[in-house]
Amino acid sequence: MSGGGTSGNIRRVLVFTLARLAALFVTVVIGVYLTIVIAHGGGELDDLRKAQIRSEISEAFAMDDEFRDLTPEERNKLIQTEIEREETRLRLDEPFIYRSADYLWQAINLNLGHSEQMHSDGGSRRVYHIIGERLPATLLLFGTANLLVFFSSIFFALFLSRRYGSRLDRSVVALAPTSAAPGWFYGIFLILVFAFLIPVLPSGGMVAAPPPVTTAAYALSVLKHMLLPVAAMFISSIFISIYSWRTFFLIYSSEDYVEMARAKGLPPRMIERRYILRPTLPPILTSFALMLIGLWGGAIILEQVFNWPGLGTLMFEAIGHRDTPVIIGAVVIFAYLLAITVFLLDIMYAILDPRVRLEGGKHS
Amino acid sequence: MNRFMTGLRQIGQYPSAMAGILVILFLVGLSLYAVFAIPYRQALDLWRGGEIWQDHPRNAAPAWVNWFRLNNLPSTIIVEKSSADVESENFQGWSRVRIPLEFSYTYDEFPSEMNLFLKSRFQDKGPFIRLFWETPDGREILLGGHRPRLSHRVALSQDRNLERRLDAPPHMALLSLPDDIDKRKVLKGDYRLVIDAVFFEEESSLETKFISYGRVHGPAGTDHQRRDIMVALLWGTPIALAFGLLAAVGTTITTLIIAATGVWFGNWIDAAIQRITEVNMILPMLPILVMVGALYSRSIWVMLGVVVLLGIFSAGIKMYRAMLLPIRESPYIEAARAYGAGHSRIILRYMIPRVLPVLIPGFVTLIPTFVFLEASLAVLGLGDPVLPTWGKVLHDAQGESALYNGYYYWVISPAFMLMLTGLGFAMLGFALDRIFNPRLRSI
Repeated sequence: MSGGGTSGNIRRVLVFTLARLAALFVTVVIGVYLTIVIAHGGGELDDLRKAQIRSEISEAFAMDDEFRDLTPEERNKLIQTEIEREETRLRLDEPFIYRSADYLWQAINLNLGHSEQMHSDGGSRRVYHIIGERLPATLLLFGTANLLVFFSSIFFALFLSRRYGSRLDRSVVALAPTSAAPGWFYGIFLILVFAFLIPVLPSGGMVAAPPPVTTAAYALSVLKHMLLPVAAMFISSIFISIYSWRTFFLIYSSEDYVEMARAKGLPPRMIERRYILRPTLPPILTSFALMLIGLWGGAIILEQVFNWPGLGTLMFEAIGHRDTPVIIGAVVIFAYLLAITVFLLDIMYAILDPRVRLEGGKHS
Repeated sequence: MNRFMTGLRQIGQYPSAMAGILVILFLVGLSLYAVFAIPYRQALDLWRGGEIWQDHPRNAAPAWVNWFRLNNLPSTIIVEKSSADVESENFQGWSRVRIPLEFSYTYDEFPSEMNLFLKSRFQDKGPFIRLFWETPDGREILLGGHRPRLSHRVALSQDRNLERRLDAPPHMALLSLPDDIDKRKVLKGDYRLVIDAVFFEEESSLETKFISYGRVHGPAGTDHQRRDIMVALLWGTPIALAFGLLAAVGTTITTLIIAATGVWFGNWIDAAIQRITEVNMILPMLPILVMVGALYSRSIWVMLGVVVLLGIFSAGIKMYRAMLLPIRESPYIEAARAYGAGHSRIILRYMIPRVLPVLIPGFVTLIPTFVFLEASLAVLGLGDPVLPTWGKVLHDAQGESALYNGYYYWVISPAFMLMLTGLGFAMLGFALDRIFNPRLRSI
């Protein structure tokens, strides 16, 4: 490449990068705003909460003996001021449109604020603490399961693509439809078998109660509790994963250049590494990255079935409590993570795939 | 379409496809049977529960459980008789009737419960009754006296006085020899529950119904509200199929039309569609559904609408777009344009039909995804409030700790139906994939 060409290239790459960043940011903003509107019921939830505040305060006044001597007018006036104060505190007196814009601004700045009802086990009401407390549990469980599925399926798929049509290959193809059922579904069966019929493993939770004191015993207990959920996710996704990677590798191994390499007499290992894995690297990385951000949020229902104290359970509880700051907090972080991943993938593609690198400026 | 027909003809060569088709046909047949055997209104009434189910046992296992057991679990025994069927002695102003309710008990295990239902007719002064229990070995046990209201239930197995007197739960003690009760051994033979009634009015009468509730019931068992789980298994089928099919059709068709529109018009329309798709990818599907369920409505049709709405701009658009882009440039489209075909005609009649065969496998495999989505929502407690569905049975089972209490059938039967549906469609879909995407076959 000549000097002039390089600087032109850099400018083009910069423009492309900035445009992509801007587009992703707008996407995040819109996505988060939609979530805010939905979580507030498009503002309709306000009436519900106002009615709730009114009844709670009236109740409190009716129960309190100190207000018994007041005349009804005086009492009503007091109740009214109290209601207004509460509504001002929760900012229910402002129109929803203004408030939603404010929520959006705070969310985009990752200023997640305080929860309305929930609190962390440590007692904190800051959304960061509430989410941060659940994050390790989710990452541990889903990270283990997904990494296990990802790597074992890729290695096994490579192995199968070499033995196309063998009995093992055909049985994996035949087993692929079992992945129609989600992990929690297999979880129920595993709980039935390994926690009740043959009671060897705990049916749910993350650690035995009371938690073991020593670190080693604690880790062992967590490991024991992880076994069933990890197995459930593994069973539900391993066959379809092997199947699709195997098909993918088969398509690439029938390309002309692979035939050419074979004809040259290159050893199979080298063909696999240089001629099959190298060109399939971008899709593999994409699915790896998407899997990684998929960890965020875990899976509501699997965590519910196994009583796992992760982000999915948190989300479910937050929705149950109508605790909008927590819901929005979780979604905002997910949106940012997704946007960053997509952006990194774009750049990675440009590095790994020469075709994209050349067309990057003109296209999209 | 020719390719489509030849593809369909090849299905016979794939055993898994045939198995999938058989499963789907079975499910469709089951749905039709359910809809005709139990009309919609009746299904809702049945699933609401309550008095309709008072003759059914609580948490009874399915009848087939007995095939795997050495000692048979009892079925429900119902003995009915009215005072009009038996002779009575009439006196001045009052009469006395003995109503014997006879049954033979031949099971190895005790029943789960025993109840006596009385319906009496009187004007001012109701009858008075005394209950006697006669065992095969000739003992007679007084169960107590009652003054029944118009509709009265004598809960024999929950009678604390009787339990203290017999030193064991009545529904066990009454069916065994006094020495055997600790061994939990049933005394088989003919039993009699005699209702000795005294009427104080001429027009008075009494209808009696004795129920010894079994531990097994029907092909699917019953739940904690005595409801026959079979109702939900049967009616769950058409609901699951309808939900899965409508959601799959709704999302696929709309996505396809939008992708084709974007490709055809290009420029800013295409760009806008792409950006909306990216926004949609950020929205978390399940949490939104949970929010809709928690905040607005849990109706299955509202859920269906939201699923379709969120599915319109799904990631599939990118794939369809890649498929449609080359088609846009093909000569036959140019020909259509030359004869003056309009935009919508080109999109709907020329572009979409071309890619349909390739999409059919994915469409078929999409159906069970939505069936399981509905079940997931139901298991989270966001199932339709009135309809009986498989997921709601699972939810009830979870709520009542079915696994902990050993009611395995309660979990296994709806799970089996879900698995059957999932496998049926997935097997067909995977086989169709190999037929319609022949690139894989040539390797």
